[in-house]
Amino acid sequence: MSDTPQIVVEGVSHTYRPPRGREVLALENVAIEVHRREFVALLGPSGCGKSTLLYLIGGFLPTTLGAIRVDGAPISGPGPDRGIVFQHFALFPWKTVRANVLYGLEKLGLAREERDRRAQSYIDMVGLCGFEDSYPSQLSGGMKQRAAIARTLAIDPKILLMDEPFGALDAQTRSLMQSELLRIWQRTHKTVIFVTHDVQEAVYLAERVVVLSARPGRVKAIVEARFDRADPDLFKTVPFIQKVGEVWGLVRDEALKAQGGRES
Amino acid sequence: MKALIKYLPLALLAVAWEAAVRLGLVSRDLLPPFTQVISAGWTLLTAGDLWLNGAASLYRGGTGLAIAVAVGGTLGIVMAWWRPVNAFVSPLVEMLYPMPKSALIPITVLWLGFGDGSKILLIFLGCMLPVTIGAYNGARSCDRVLVWSARSMGASRLRVLWDVVVPSAMPELLNGVRTALALSFVLLVSSEMIVSRSGLGHLIGLLGEGGVYDAMFAVVLAVAFLGFFADRLYQMFVRRVLQWRE
Repeated sequence: MSDTPQIVVEGVSHTYRPPRGREVLALENVAIEVHRREFVALLGPSGCGKSTLLYLIGGFLPTTLGAIRVDGAPISGPGPDRGIVFQHFALFPWKTVRANVLYGLEKLGLAREERDRRAQSYIDMVGLCGFEDSYPSQLSGGMKQRAAIARTLAIDPKILLMDEPFGALDAQTRSLMQSELLRIWQRTHKTVIFVTHDVQEAVYLAERVVVLSARPGRVKAIVEARFDRADPDLFKTVPFIQKVGEVWGLVRDEALKAQGGRES
Repeated sequence: MKALIKYLPLALLAVAWEAAVRLGLVSRDLLPPFTQVISAGWTLLTAGDLWLNGAASLYRGGTGLAIAVAVGGTLGIVMAWWRPVNAFVSPLVEMLYPMPKSALIPITVLWLGFGDGSKILLIFLGCMLPVTIGAYNGARSCDRVLVWSARSMGASRLRVLWDVVVPSAMPELLNGVRTALALSFVLLVSSEMIVSRSGLGHLIGLLGEGGVYDAMFAVVLAVAFLGFFADRLYQMFVRRVLQWRE
């Protein structure tokens, strides 16, 4: 791991302006650094602005206060160096699985054979071989998310932004997808920023867990969580359970605050 | 078999029609017997009147509708994508939408005379707004994460308009086109009836004035069938285009 961080978020605040109603301060003075090939989770109660932070890093929302730099350069809008996977898949419903995966490859200007080869290899990698010509509406939630992941990985981004990617899946599919994501991460050496509100998921997947406070989101704590993820009994080991407990303690206070804030 | 049952009510209606006239329940002056209407229709068909006037009507309707879809669809999507355009155009759309389009008939005649041009202009103007509104609503409902996905895969803003916004708008846009299609028949036949020297509407008016009621009814039935058939064909087309939906 090199010393200069790949992603630097510095003093970032973000105010959300709904079309009607008053402004909401979503993020306040957030600073984080993410190193190359690191797997970082952004964890916090719902409404804490963790997805907003991810969208800012993705360049989908303008950074008005503070700075976000990737490889030393301030970001200007979205780009293929930062691939994103959304909770609700965001596949183009009018395109087949193959056409969805090919979309980004066409934008890269690759030759036709190379595009087809690469699309197929990523479709195979996520286990969707045989479903190339299916439309998203014909797939299950887990399969849709696999297709979305294949589409994002196919353009080979350095950074993978994931916005609660497994939040819409059932428990079994989620756990399978988690180990699959780890396998992909270990193989492709990408930097991953993973947004979730699931403490166990964050501790299991990430090397560092950034805990955000209730709205407005601030960095409450950054917790190291390095475990042997190949261990099938990891979830039953004492250090893992303790770590989950420690992080849960941090999140629970904020979740309570978020609830109180809503009721008052 | 299923199709037979589906169209059974129509067959029954035809039988009831025939019976009502034959039994003297309805005067022949008001309603010629169904069989007589069909035979008059056959005569019009073989003599070529139906073809000639039908072709004239289809040409006007088809051209007007095609321009309405192209212009209206583009306008709706541009309105949804660029706020200033919306701010400028939407008051106009809101004001003109509820206006009865047949009121435009004398205006289009004043501008373009009695020929094809005035009918095409009328159908274009009359059928454009349903398409515009469909395209606008469809484009507005475009999911922002789809736009973001395309952007993060390297698509420019303009590219996103074509790759994401237009296909997202398609279901509602095509719904608007269906409304426009029905409206085009209304406008076509009424304008031809009032001011034209050809077309199915003209034929209906001509036969009515001449008192040839069996033939007049035949042309009315032909227009009804044409409208039904066009809608069926259109729905088949839509199912094909939108096959990606469940």
